[in-house]
Amino acid sequence: MTHPFLALTESDREEMLGTIGVGSVEDLFRDLPEAVRLGRELELEPALSEQEVFAHVAALAGRNADASTELSFLGAGMYDHYVPAVVDTILQRGELLTAYTPYQPEMSQGVLQAIFEYQTAVCELTGMDVSNASGYDGTSVAADACYVAKHTTGRDKVVVTEATNPQVRQVVKTFAAGFGLEVVEVPHRNGVTDPDELEQVAADAAAVIFQQPNFFGCLEPAPDICAAAAEAGALPVAHVDLLSLGVLEAPGRYGAALAIGEGQAAGNFPSFGGPHYGFLAARQEFIRRMPGRIVGETVDTAGERGYVLTLQTREQHIRREKATSNITTNQTLLALGGLVYLTWLGPQGLRELGETCLSLAAYAKKRLEERAGLGPAFAEQTTFKEFAVRVGRNAREVVAAAREQGVHPGYALGRDYEGMDDVLLVAVTERRTPEEIDRLVDVLAEVGG
Amino acid sequence: MKLIFEKSQAGRRASALPRYEHLPGPSELPEDLRRAEPPRLPEVPEFELVRHFTELSTRNFGVDTGFYPLGSCTMKYNPRINERLAALPGFARLHPLQEEDGAQGALELMWRLQEILAEVTGLDAVSLQPAAGSQGELTGLLLVRAYFAARGEGDQRRKVVIPDTAHGTNPASVTMAGYELTPVRTDARGNIDVEDLRGKVDEHTAALMLTNPSTVGLFDENIDEIQRIFHGAGALMYYDGANLNAVCGISRPGDMGFDIVHINLHKTFSQPHGGGGPGGGPIAVREILEPFLPVPAVVRREDGDFGLDYDRPQTIGKVRGFTGPFGVFVRSYAYIRMWGPRLREMSEVAVLNANYVLARLKDAYDLPFDRLCMHEFVVSARSLKKQHGCTALDVAKRLMDYGFHPPTIYFPLIVPEALMVEPTETEAKETLDAFCDAMLAIAREAADEPELLKEAPHHRPVQRLDEVRAAKQPVVRYGFEEHPQAEAEPAPTATKAPTGV
Repeated sequence: MTHPFLALTESDREEMLGTIGVGSVEDLFRDLPEAVRLGRELELEPALSEQEVFAHVAALAGRNADASTELSFLGAGMYDHYVPAVVDTILQRGELLTAYTPYQPEMSQGVLQAIFEYQTAVCELTGMDVSNASGYDGTSVAADACYVAKHTTGRDKVVVTEATNPQVRQVVKTFAAGFGLEVVEVPHRNGVTDPDELEQVAADAAAVIFQQPNFFGCLEPAPDICAAAAEAGALPVAHVDLLSLGVLEAPGRYGAALAIGEGQAAGNFPSFGGPHYGFLAARQEFIRRMPGRIVGETVDTAGERGYVLTLQTREQHIRREKATSNITTNQTLLALGGLVYLTWLGPQGLRELGETCLSLAAYAKKRLEERAGLGPAFAEQTTFKEFAVRVGRNAREVVAAAREQGVHPGYALGRDYEGMDDVLLVAVTERRTPEEIDRLVDVLAEVGG
Repeated sequence: MKLIFEKSQAGRRASALPRYEHLPGPSELPEDLRRAEPPRLPEVPEFELVRHFTELSTRNFGVDTGFYPLGSCTMKYNPRINERLAALPGFARLHPLQEEDGAQGALELMWRLQEILAEVTGLDAVSLQPAAGSQGELTGLLLVRAYFAARGEGDQRRKVVIPDTAHGTNPASVTMAGYELTPVRTDARGNIDVEDLRGKVDEHTAALMLTNPSTVGLFDENIDEIQRIFHGAGALMYYDGANLNAVCGISRPGDMGFDIVHINLHKTFSQPHGGGGPGGGPIAVREILEPFLPVPAVVRREDGDFGLDYDRPQTIGKVRGFTGPFGVFVRSYAYIRMWGPRLREMSEVAVLNANYVLARLKDAYDLPFDRLCMHEFVVSARSLKKQHGCTALDVAKRLMDYGFHPPTIYFPLIVPEALMVEPTETEAKETLDAFCDAMLAIAREAADEPELLKEAPHHRPVQRLDEVRAAKQPVVRYGFEEHPQAEAEPAPTATKAPTGV
């Protein structure tokens, strides 16, 4: 019986078994003790053909309400930015798609050079000196940053602002338990972090992690936060949105030691949470403490330029229990998507995109207040592409009611924050037209309190 | 070839963005938060972008290009249908915070995959959340911690036992989980040295981490004895699923006595590895560990709807954003559905292919353990090095000239000059034969013309690269005007090979 993913014919098998010197395939498993054998067929549904599997899985996809079937203002860390066709085209090149980690550089110059270019792009955006080849996502890189900070400072506490993405905070807490780190949160004051309060809490901390723009979409006083952290002897770690960095200052310019974040907005589809790429960049002094793969430039025996995985003595396959991280597989393909996307945008496109998001979000905020009577939760704060709005009743009910009309109006902040049950977090990307924003305003005017 | 940054010309761009007229201008950003200098991203038109990355792809080698027997990595064929499915808007544009009623199809797919992985591993409960194998390991060890803490044995059990053949991720994960490492030796047959083990497992032991078949490609014949030793001491057993491709439907980790397993979806279950990722590292556990699994759990409710359950008071917490790398789940789910119970045949052919290649090579290379192998095997170039000065690295580089991706080299660490070969079930016999012929030819070349190996590769876009220089003088980003010029000591014998383009 043949299978599309197998090639051996009956005569191939016979010949191969003869060469091996066994009578049957069963004989190849003679080292397995009887006690540990399954001894029955796997209880799985019968094999499907490609056509059947397409029909089945496509039907599952059809049962979801995605951003092509629902007008969505849902963000909260994952964003519906446009992903240009060139990203799909490049990521589907089989030579790149189906390669492993580039352990053999002469076979892998394409991926290696692409990672080197990605590292360059991330450094340019964040104002940092060195970037790794990617981390798993925007949460794991925050845990990585804690591990770097612990070993750099020898301290056993990290501070995370409460206005940082709850998913990031939760993942940091999980891994901090293993690292032997205590996690302390600093409350927000009217949507942003108070640097003076932070400085108090940051005493004896290895790192201060904050998000810019923060989870509420508000711009933090990032230079003051970094100064406060540094004053306390903690590494300032900025968790940033790459797409904001055409209009917002680079973390490296306002004193951050590390810049990390979730790359999804730049070149990846939301894809129900992944796969995406996390990025981690740092100042030069941390280069030998970086987690994960790093690509470096070198020359071949003829003096031609080429690229290799480098500084590998940091890594688990060499340093084992003393490694800077246990990561091996990262998110290279998704990071490549990021590089292609950022190349597509270019510096002017990135700035325009940021300005468009700012304008559209400002328009949405204004119309919601004027037309629907729904005011911002943090009126004094400047926001980027996302903002918190008071909807006058339980925001989860508002979400449900709006979705009845085909509009997903945003994220109910009461899911993560006490006392914010009536607050909705609305994300506006360049994909939302003014007309669509008007539709959101109409619906919220109707279903809001 | 040039970097994309070196092709940049000010004023060019590939993107045109929508312009919305009549919008109010954006509110003024505070001066100290506004970007002062633009990032120097590349400025190229769209067609230059496509040509650049297409050229990069021609300088790369994947499973789609040819045979890729990279041991421990399971470089099998990645079906194209999986890409089509993952790209469906109902998945690709689905927001992970969508309300449950708007994500039933995605949740059902995840639930079904969990059920399948529980059956394949022989365990009770699955979390799909970990992003890759090493994150699965760390998650598993945090489960071990939580389990013993709940039993009041958290302070007592501080040690994790790892054989000397283990992947480097295992000891790195042990440290990151706050545990201490207890190494254990490998015996002459390639199994864990049970005598060494007995003296090392006691009331201070939290767990064993084991890959089975091991990284030398051998099934541990004493696995039943090993599990009795650990469970007898009240410790847990962790299975590194990197080599699961050998035993699907034949022997399940749960049946071997393991309590926690991570599965590399990017190995056994065909998620393309993308030149370094993404991966997927779900973990499956025995019932006693289920209360500690990451949140949210994907559950099927009594009314038949699917949902996310956060109400797990003993959970270790979250290990990754949302519910894990969903696009990977789509691919692996579709892949498994195209095999069904025939996954057993997949593993059988993987083992048959490996044994066939081993049988053809074992007279020309040193064999550290003379046994039937499982899905991969390790041979050594020790004699080639001793007799002709040709190392495993030289063999690997020379294989490139024959059009094959080299095997994994210098791993596992206990075998000097190791070459670890994993053909997988993909590959026709003709391909296996061509690879064997090349390996045999290279062994002859080592004797007759060793410089052919030492100067290899000859037909790749670059010749052998200077890795020492890269580490000593790290250049890890393009430096624009200040970028260092690439110059090497000219190698007099080297001639430039034709590029791969």
